[in-house]
Amino acid sequence: MAEPTWAQRAIASLLAFTARVISGASARWVDCQPDTCQRVYFANHTSHLDALVLWSALPAEVRRLTRPVAARDYWERGWVRRYLANRIFHALLIDRRNIKVHRSPVDEMLRTIGDRYSLIVFPEGHRNTGEELAPFKSGLYYLAKKRPDLELVPAYIDNLNRVLPRGEFLPVPLLSCITFGPPMWLEHGETKTEFLQRARDAVLRLKNL
Amino acid sequence: MSTPEAETLWLVGGVIVLLGLVTLVSVYVKRRRDLALDPAAVAQFHRRVVVWWILCLLLATAFVLGRYWTVGLFGLMSLRALQEYITLTPTRRGDHRALFWVFFVFTPAQYVAVALDRYELYSILIPVGAFLFLAIRIAMAGDYKNYLERVAKIQVGLMICVYCLSFAPALLTRRLPSQVEQSPSSAALARQEAVQAQQPPGDPSASDVPPTVTRTAPTAIWPEVHEERARLLFFFVLIVQLADVLQYAWGRLLGQRPIAVDVSPSRTWEGFLGGVASATVVAALLSWSVPFPVWQTATLAAATTAVGLAGGLVTSSVKRDRGVEDYGTLITGHGGILDRIDSLCFAAPVFFFLVQGAFGNWVH
Repeated sequence: MAEPTWAQRAIASLLAFTARVISGASARWVDCQPDTCQRVYFANHTSHLDALVLWSALPAEVRRLTRPVAARDYWERGWVRRYLANRIFHALLIDRRNIKVHRSPVDEMLRTIGDRYSLIVFPEGHRNTGEELAPFKSGLYYLAKKRPDLELVPAYIDNLNRVLPRGEFLPVPLLSCITFGPPMWLEHGETKTEFLQRARDAVLRLKNL
Repeated sequence: MSTPEAETLWLVGGVIVLLGLVTLVSVYVKRRRDLALDPAAVAQFHRRVVVWWILCLLLATAFVLGRYWTVGLFGLMSLRALQEYITLTPTRRGDHRALFWVFFVFTPAQYVAVALDRYELYSILIPVGAFLFLAIRIAMAGDYKNYLERVAKIQVGLMICVYCLSFAPALLTRRLPSQVEQSPSSAALARQEAVQAQQPPGDPSASDVPPTVTRTAPTAIWPEVHEERARLLFFFVLIVQLADVLQYAWGRLLGQRPIAVDVSPSRTWEGFLGGVASATVVAALLSWSVPFPVWQTATLAAATTAVGLAGGLVTSSVKRDRGVEDYGTLITGHGGILDRIDSLCFAAPVFFFLVQGAFGNWVH
């Protein structure tokens, strides 16, 4: 990834500012501090704005090193989205439709972040509609297993589904809140199910803090 | 820009000096942990002081920058309060488009109408226009679950946070009947002076100018805002905020009988009556700063502060119903603007209509 140009930086700051105003988002860091070390932020997914708002909630120098993982079919539609995804968020676009065995999304993620970047993932896999948090997909587990040094930071995004619900395109400026929790890692000997359950509980715990 | 009137300097200067003293006390109390005061109460007091400074600066803009800025700033305050209110109120997916209209059409339109002094528009836009529109729009969304409740909640939010509050900056745009008859605005003065300058003394057409225009100093420091009206707005916010504090103080000192114990145990009849009475006395003492005689000022203050304090009770029951302490604590990290301005919201229309209707005609 090339260094961002002056214009791209300006657009990024402006966009982050706008996202924060529209979503009224306040970021809380509980037992965790913003850091430029390599991390995987994982959060619940209720709105199209989730990735943008979570990305905006990070301090500028962390934001520059953090790349959301997003669905290719959504972000490649239209030149605005494509420009934003490729040049501003530097999103890692994953093809949800045909996943090839020899190019698994997890490998693609690991290759992209190298030893520099962090990721934003939504392990539910799709936007959920209800209050309930859907079970996590296994990608997070494989990320943790292949790169045990990555800090896995849970985040809970509250109220954003009311700002921009599914199927709507005009946001309403309600107050939302993002809570970041303490980092976690894959424990020694932990099974996939146990780990995914623990990760999901870590996100849920932040809801009631 | 000419120099402000002495009354303005005394009123605003006095409030700033007072606020300075209160800030010193607040900082002192916060530092001195050995006084064994309730830390939550100290923090609450500190937050209030900060909000007073913000309000004070905001109102100072009315004198310096003119009415458009003031109306705009009140508009932003409305939006923020509405944001807090709607966040707290459960709405459903079907309300989304209606909410979009509330935030991006009705609220801005209300304040634009106020800024342009279109009374016939801003007096009915929300109670009639938004009332009908929201009911229809939410019905069209096709979700009938809790329909009546949802429509009512959004409508009440719009009425309290936007419609009522907008009558505060509307004070700046309306002209007192007394100003039309007795003390002409600076523009009228300037016009008449120009007429006098053009015509040689002794010209018979100049003789119909009323004697009041012999005053040479224009009364406004900004052509669009009559300084007297800006002072009236300042006075209004001052007495309502003062009544809030005094109610708290009297309630702490003498509070025995809660008005509605389930809604708010700290709001007592003693606090309420004490707050209204003492704010009325202060208002009467400050009557030199407003264009009304003492007894009218006192009546105005009593009615306004009584409704304002009652408004605090109303928002308390909304909060109690939703099970939260403050609008600000709903989502951590947000200060609750609505907690601070609820009494202003309720008092503003009362003050406006009393000034406009009843007392406007009786001015000395």
